[in-house]
Amino acid sequence: MLDTTREIEVPEGVELSLAVAGLVSRSLAFMIDLMVRWAVLAAVASIIGYLGTFGGGLFLIIVFVVEWFYPVLFEVFNHGQTIGKKSMGIMVINDDGTPIDWSSSIVRNLLRFADFLPAFFGFGVLSMLINKDFKRLGDLAAGTLVVHKRKLNQPELKFEEEGIAPKIPLTLAEQSAIISFAERSSLMSESRANELASYLRPWVDQDQTKPNVDNTALSIKRLAKWLRGHQ
Amino acid sequence: MRQEEFEERYSEQWKNFETQINLVEAIKLNKSKGENKLTDFADNYRHLCYCLALARERHYSPLLINRLEALAFRGHQSFYQKRLGIFQNIFHFILHGFPRAVREQARFFWTATGLFYLPLIVVFLLTLVFPDLIYMIVDPQMVSTMESMYDPAAERFGTERSSDSDFYMFGHYIKNNIGIAFQTFAGGILLTLGSQFFLLFNGFLFGAIAGHIHNIGYNETFFSFVIGHGAFELTGIVISGAAGLMLGWAVLSPGVYTRKQALVNAGRAAIQLVYGAIFLLLIAAFVEAFWSSTRMVSAETKYWVGSAFWLIVVCYFTFLGRPRSVKKSGSKYGS
Repeated sequence: MLDTTREIEVPEGVELSLAVAGLVSRSLAFMIDLMVRWAVLAAVASIIGYLGTFGGGLFLIIVFVVEWFYPVLFEVFNHGQTIGKKSMGIMVINDDGTPIDWSSSIVRNLLRFADFLPAFFGFGVLSMLINKDFKRLGDLAAGTLVVHKRKLNQPELKFEEEGIAPKIPLTLAEQSAIISFAERSSLMSESRANELASYLRPWVDQDQTKPNVDNTALSIKRLAKWLRGHQ
Repeated sequence: MRQEEFEERYSEQWKNFETQINLVEAIKLNKSKGENKLTDFADNYRHLCYCLALARERHYSPLLINRLEALAFRGHQSFYQKRLGIFQNIFHFILHGFPRAVREQARFFWTATGLFYLPLIVVFLLTLVFPDLIYMIVDPQMVSTMESMYDPAAERFGTERSSDSDFYMFGHYIKNNIGIAFQTFAGGILLTLGSQFFLLFNGFLFGAIAGHIHNIGYNETFFSFVIGHGAFELTGIVISGAAGLMLGWAVLSPGVYTRKQALVNAGRAAIQLVYGAIFLLLIAAFVEAFWSSTRMVSAETKYWVGSAFWLIVVCYFTFLGRPRSVKKSGSKYGS
């Protein structure tokens, strides 16, 4: 499948499929984190300014810790999510799907420096584009993976008609296709929806009563509603 | 079995398991006690995986599968997390793990040592012969700053620095030196080139400055300052360089593993050295800020104490973390 999912087999014998996070969402998360870090340092600086030279030393230590360990602390204590990652809905995990541990997190975050080289994350971006799991150098060395956190609240199907049961049992892929068509059909024009749905007309509308009215899309949505109802 | 029946039969169990997962995640965050409610967690988890496999096999609706998969992923993350007892392990690591790790990576340690100390010595000697060499390596402005810093006649050296500014320098050394160590480590992933660069560069720099200081005769202020924390600082930098070399070498010569796996393995071993380097550099920053700069003790005392520091570092890496003698462990399995 042409998709950015990564299958992880767990010892219990089932596979978990995880959606790997790409360059854009990760860059945005990084920018958000950058701003958070600057805001924190600015706040600390304004408070610590009253402490004189001693405060200056303290500030340098805080800068050091925030610069290198801000992501580490968040990743280890906050389920693999820094503030930026959380707002982008992504998280970092070990390659085997387990929560990230201290060593992996420290390796991947120290190596951010190498990712930054030669300028503006050149090597990191290059590595992410070459690698099929969008890993930067730090991820490669630490054996970590950044994935989208699974969303459970899926959009409601808003239409009046009752759901109808499919006449034959459908495979998982077929069910998924029908449901995601129904979810996306609200984003396209009715004629486009019908055009797409028309491929399935012979299959869906076997007992078409009104031959001039094209309601294949609606039939598929009703199928989807029935399938969704069985969650 | 139809999907409705399937859900009806098991949904109660899934709900229970979900509350257990919530409990585990809460325990991880604030250690509230609820372990007694976690009996059968493993059984429940295995059962959930069983349900997920069944649901997939029977082509139940994607939504149900999605829900079960999300639950299985959370269960997986709760069940297979690594122990986070790093703070309990620090003591053991310092006493045993770190020196052992350095000895295990002796090849990289000595390579890094060579990459740092050889240029240092060569440039030091060259600067003695060709005094102008310093201006080719070090920025002239930095040279004059150095000169005024270590000028024995300087007014500043007569007066004691306040402890406030000692602490400021402590923060400064932590930020700079450990930052450099991290960069030396991280650069290694670029086929060892980054680590090599930082080791060589710092070797050149230090050698040139030491040579120049000797040329202008400020020996006592400079070397009595450097010898104390140097034992920890230079060793720390060399070790973080060795850790970086390990990363790059795993990519260059992965052996029987794939490059990716070799890199992950090397990363796991190398981070031990980085932890140790942080430990050494923290000591170095402390010594440099509060001891090396003090004027209350004579230069002679500083030479003695500094030499003792070097001896301690050498002994630390030579003797600590050795396995107990063979005889003892033999008797354990003896009669």
